[in-house]
Order: sequence, then structure tokens, then C-alpha cells
Amino acid sequence: MCGGAQFLDSGPEYNSCLVSLIPGLICVGGSLSDQLFQAMRQSIIDGASDTATQLAQQALANGVDPIEAVNQGFAAGITFAGDQFGCGQMFLPDLLASAEAIKAAINILEPEMLKRGSQREALGKIILGTARGDIHDIGKNLVATILSASGFQIFDLGTSVTPEQFVAKAKEVDADIVGISALLTTTMAGQKAVIEALDRNGLRPRVKAIIGGAAVTQKWAAEIGADGYSRNAIGALELAKNLMSKVMNKGTA
Amino acid sequence: MRPRIQLLTPELIGRILCEAFELLMSPGVRVGSAPVVALLRSAGIEVNDGVARVPESQARNCLASAPRDFYLYNRQGEKAVHYGGDDVHFDPGSCCVQMLDPDTLEARPSETRDLVRLIQVTETLPQFAAQSTAVVCNDAPSAIGDLYRLLVVLQYSHKPVVTGSFSAAGLQGMIDLLAADSGSRDNLRKKPRAVFDVCPSPPLNWSEFASHNLLDLARAGVPAEIVSMPLAGGTAPVTLAGSVTQHAAEVLAGITLHQLAAPGSPVVWGGAPAIFDMRTAGAPMGAVETAMLNMACAEVGKHLGLPTHGYLVATDSKFVDAQAGAESARSAMLGALTGINMISGAGMLESLACHSVEKLVIDAESIASAYRLVRGVEMRGETLATAMFAQTGLSGEFLKLKETRALFRQEQHLPSPVIDRNAPGSEPLSDAFTRARDRVNELVSMYQKPSLPEDVLRKFQSIVEREADRAGVASALHGK
Repeated sequence: MCGGAQFLDSGPEYNSCLVSLIPGLICVGGSLSDQLFQAMRQSIIDGASDTATQLAQQALANGVDPIEAVNQGFAAGITFAGDQFGCGQMFLPDLLASAEAIKAAINILEPEMLKRGSQREALGKIILGTARGDIHDIGKNLVATILSASGFQIFDLGTSVTPEQFVAKAKEVDADIVGISALLTTTMAGQKAVIEALDRNGLRPRVKAIIGGAAVTQKWAAEIGADGYSRNAIGALELAKNLMSKVMNKGTA
Repeated sequence: MRPRIQLLTPELIGRILCEAFELLMSPGVRVGSAPVVALLRSAGIEVNDGVARVPESQARNCLASAPRDFYLYNRQGEKAVHYGGDDVHFDPGSCCVQMLDPDTLEARPSETRDLVRLIQVTETLPQFAAQSTAVVCNDAPSAIGDLYRLLVVLQYSHKPVVTGSFSAAGLQGMIDLLAADSGSRDNLRKKPRAVFDVCPSPPLNWSEFASHNLLDLARAGVPAEIVSMPLAGGTAPVTLAGSVTQHAAEVLAGITLHQLAAPGSPVVWGGAPAIFDMRTAGAPMGAVETAMLNMACAEVGKHLGLPTHGYLVATDSKFVDAQAGAESARSAMLGALTGINMISGAGMLESLACHSVEKLVIDAESIASAYRLVRGVEMRGETLATAMFAQTGLSGEFLKLKETRALFRQEQHLPSPVIDRNAPGSEPLSDAFTRARDRVNELVSMYQKPSLPEDVLRKFQSIVEREADRAGVASALHGK
């Protein structure tokens, strides 16, 4: 997973060269070649929103199924970027740029998905917010961007969110997961308060509670009865996917 | 602005040089060989009872002919190390006799496999501009040990080499080896790949073999690094200023010999000065005063406009522990802030008695931090902050800015996993030594051995066989 460093050093100059190559990569009949999928992946790895946007437009102009463009092209890029971040080859600004790029591509593709009635199915509904009294939201925002780019439907309640607000929103949208972020040790108690409120309102165990933040540990997660925690945004994506598979399994059991 | 540190005032440097020139006349400098005496006398320098009295005017003439700067080249013939100005480079410490075993944590006699491992790791780390003949190979015949170490480095590395010879007879074989690597002695002179440490014996004594080597290197046009090693309070005056003065006199005497033999030949104002430990009679290489001596000695050399060298990034600890990290990182910073051209010593424990490849990778992180420090606080773009705030307003979303992504790699040193910056409570927990051990294995797996041309390898073999015969040892080097 940590190979492929050749993808990482390409910059804006590379992107513009890539775009100029694209028309020649479209095969007769409008089907996408492997090279175009590769270009889509690369645009996400490069964090090049403009390139990703152009590639999405190009795909639509050539009658490409937008779901195929996402799944075989852009989403593979964000997966690669996540792997690279996980092993220290990419960094937060790179990852954020990749997430912005896939969002830009999906914004172009979404109307066509709706038209075709083939909208990308959300992986799940997640409520996010920082605990009451905590206004630090860099980590929470990054998690929202990565989860959203990866196919989750995100309801971001912002900063200093009360337990009651978390509960109300979870009921309103029939959430699958509630994520509570806290940077400070003093506001970490707010994570516990949200989980207790979810319990009191009978939302758990159906609704899963996950936590994150600089000082949060697995031990703290276990202590307050959270369903999981992650050290970073990519870990949060894995965690959310794993929890959703548990939700789905229960639903079919 | 490049940050720098200066311990000596111009007045004090003037005083140091003034007294150093006085020392060259009285008590003078001991010289131990007939050819050296003949060379000095032919230049009009008086030598009586093995003691030369070098007039300031003669020493200054020789200083004037010494080059202000020169380059070392890599195997590809590219400039790789610039000796001169404030450029800073690092290489691992040289000629240890022991290696810290990372499994038993015991020091054991170093062997060829240890040298190879040190070379492999040094080769992969950009923090090291040069290799060194880092450890004595106790499994090779000691009579050709110097040659053997260099042979191993040349076979496993592309980088320039800091090396040395512990005998006069062995030097020519080493120069032949480098000439074979470069294609010819002439190529070696034009694009030297190695610099040789040559050490006077304190106080003020140029031994027979050291002075011979100095003259031979000068005539071959292969750079010589004069590594004077006063021990403040033991073999030199107890004061730092007094030891720096002795150091200056010893190096001035060496440069005089060197430039008389071949004016214009490249030479380095080097050193490995240290304080003398008043409890153990040792040379504490991690002491801050030892770092101060190295800095002050280099400042004198820089004042004279010469390329400089020092011995830092080492520790007196027996283990790769907190003391090792503190002492080595501190002196890496100080050496870089002084602008010393070549700083030797990384990887070394036990006051230079023991090497550790695990320490080397930790030191590489300290060196990277030192390089970052001397780059200073730089101005990037038209404005410092206002243009970025024009984009973010009060949202605080700097992480999303193009500027952030474009500049963070230049603004921040991004350490290897040797440095623990994981979030609190992250699993698994590990200490720096454990992480360094993993990192060494990772770097060794990344390393690729150079492919040397067959004719070069044949020349290497014939030189080694010739030198083995000359030294009277069986040529039992095949398969090493």
C-alpha cells in the first residue's frame, strides 16, 4: 500500500499536461479507457480540483456512466491517498486537497446521476459535531470532508454542540452514526454526555457513537462506552465503514 | 537571514593567531622525519634537534597559497560536498573499534558486516553528504586495515568519503584505490572523491607518519583534513582559549608543511578538540565545552578564509539513550550554526569508542533539524499573512489553502518515523531506540549496491593483493 510514490511528486504542471492528453484517450463509442480512469485517479491523488472537474465534464460529454466514473476513477484516487496518508507518505494538506478534488468531481457528476436515477447510494448517515464548549473543529471538518467524499451523507452540526442537539438531529434524519469530536481534555467529558443522552433517548445500540480528538484514546472510548474511536480522518473512514457493515448485518439478520 | 552563532570576537581571534604564531617560534614544532626536515630547511626554516621554528611570514605565505574552497565529488563525477564558505555537511564518525549490538546492547568488536550496514544506511540518508571509513574491521588483516575499509566503502557507496591512514606505507595503496575508482591519478586530482584526516599529536608534534602523509597527499592533490586534537587541561592548556590557540598553531604548522610540498593543494582547517575529563582522564565528546572548542577552532579557520571541519554529534553515553540524544542533537545544532563545512562524529557512542547504526538514524533526525534551523525564517510570497487571511477571513481554514499545501514541506522538516509525533495514547508505544532499529532495517532493505565496472574491480583486487604482499599478510580477502 505504501509503494507508488511516483504518484506523489506530480504537481500542477503535470496536471495541465494530463488534461491535454484526455481527448485522445477516449475510445470510439464513448467508453472510458483505462488511461482515463487513471487520469481521474491521478487528479484526486494530486489534489487537483480543476483537473478533476474537467475530467468529470469530459466523462459526461462522452456519455460515460457517472457511477462508473466515480467508482473506477475518482474513488480509487481517494483510497490511494488515504493509504498514503496512513503510512506517512502524504500529509493533511494533501489529503484535504484530494478530498476537495473528489467533491468537485462528484458535484459535476451528481446531476447526471439524478437524471439517470442512478444516484450513488449513501454509505450511511453520520451526524458530526464538536462537544459542548469546544470550538476546535479542524479535525472534525477533515473527517466530514473525507467521509463525505467517500460516500457518506454528513450532517455537520458545527462546534460546541449540546447533547440535546445531537439527539434531536439523530432522530430527525434517522442517523446511523453520531461522531463527537473534542480537542481538549476538559471538553472530553462532553463526549460522554452525548453518549449518555443517546442512551437515555433509546437510540443506542442502533445508532453508533464514535469519538475523536487529540487527547482521545481507545481507553477513553471504552470507558465512556463509545462504539469506536480513531486517531485520524482516514481511520475514521475505516471505522465508519466497519460500523456500517455491523448495522447492515443486524438489519438483515 | 541565516542564523549563526559566534563565540569569539575579532579581537580574540587576532590574539589567538598572534599567540599561535608565537608558539610556532617558541617552543616551536616537533617534526619527526628527515624528508620533512629537509623540506623545511630548503624553505629557510630553522630545524634543530627535531624542533622546527616557523616564522610567521613563512606560515602566512603558506596560508595564502592554500585554496579558499574545493569540492569532493561522487562516483558519478558530480560535485557533492563543498568545502568552503558557510556550507555545512555531515558524515558518520570514523574508525571506531567497537559496534553496539542492537540485540544484546553490548559493545563488541566491529566487523566487515558492521561497516557494510553503516555504509548502507548512510547511503540512503540525505543528511549525510559523505561516507566515512566508519569502523575498524576486526575480521580483516590489521596490516592492511585502512586500505580494506576504504575498499569496502568504494564497493558499497556512490558518496564521497572521509577517510585516513594510520601508517605512511598504507597511504599510497589507498590513493591507488581511489585513482582506480576515478580512472586515473589525474582524474582523482581534478575530481577528488575522498578527503584524508591527518592528525598532529598534541602538543605541537607532527609525527613521522602523519607528516609523511601530509606531504604525500599534497603532492597527489588529494585533499588533506588536518585534525588537531588538543585536550584542554591534559595535552593542552586548560582554558578553552588556550587550547584553541594550540590547535591553531598545530594546524598552521601542518598547512605550512602541506603547502611547502605542493602550493595550492586542497587542505582543511579541521579538528577534534575536546576537554580533558578531570575524573576519568577521558575526552568527553558530548560535553558542551568540547562543542565550544570545535566551534571556536572553526571560527579561527573561517577567519583565515579556509575550509573547516569539526568533530561533533557524538556522545559519551554507552547506550542510545536520552544522554546520547541530548548531547548529539545539541552539538549538531551548534556545529551547523557555526557553519562548519564537514562535521564528523554522528553515530558514535562512548567518547568515539563505539559506533551504532541505530544512533546514526536518530542523529540523522537531529541533523535534519539543524539544517532546518540554519535555513532560518524565510520570506515567501508578497505578504507574510494578509494574502492568506484575505482568503480565509476568520474561518481559520488555513489547512485548505493552496499556499499551505505548496509551502508546508519547505517550512517544516517532516521527520521519519524515528521521531514520535503520534497522538497521545497511540498504540503501539515504542521508544526511540526501538523505532531506530526498525528504521535501520527499512533503510537497509531500500539500499541498492552500486554496480562497479569489471575493470575497476580487477584493479581493486590487484591493488589489494599487492598491498597484502607488501604488508606480509596472506591475501585472504576473497569472499568478504
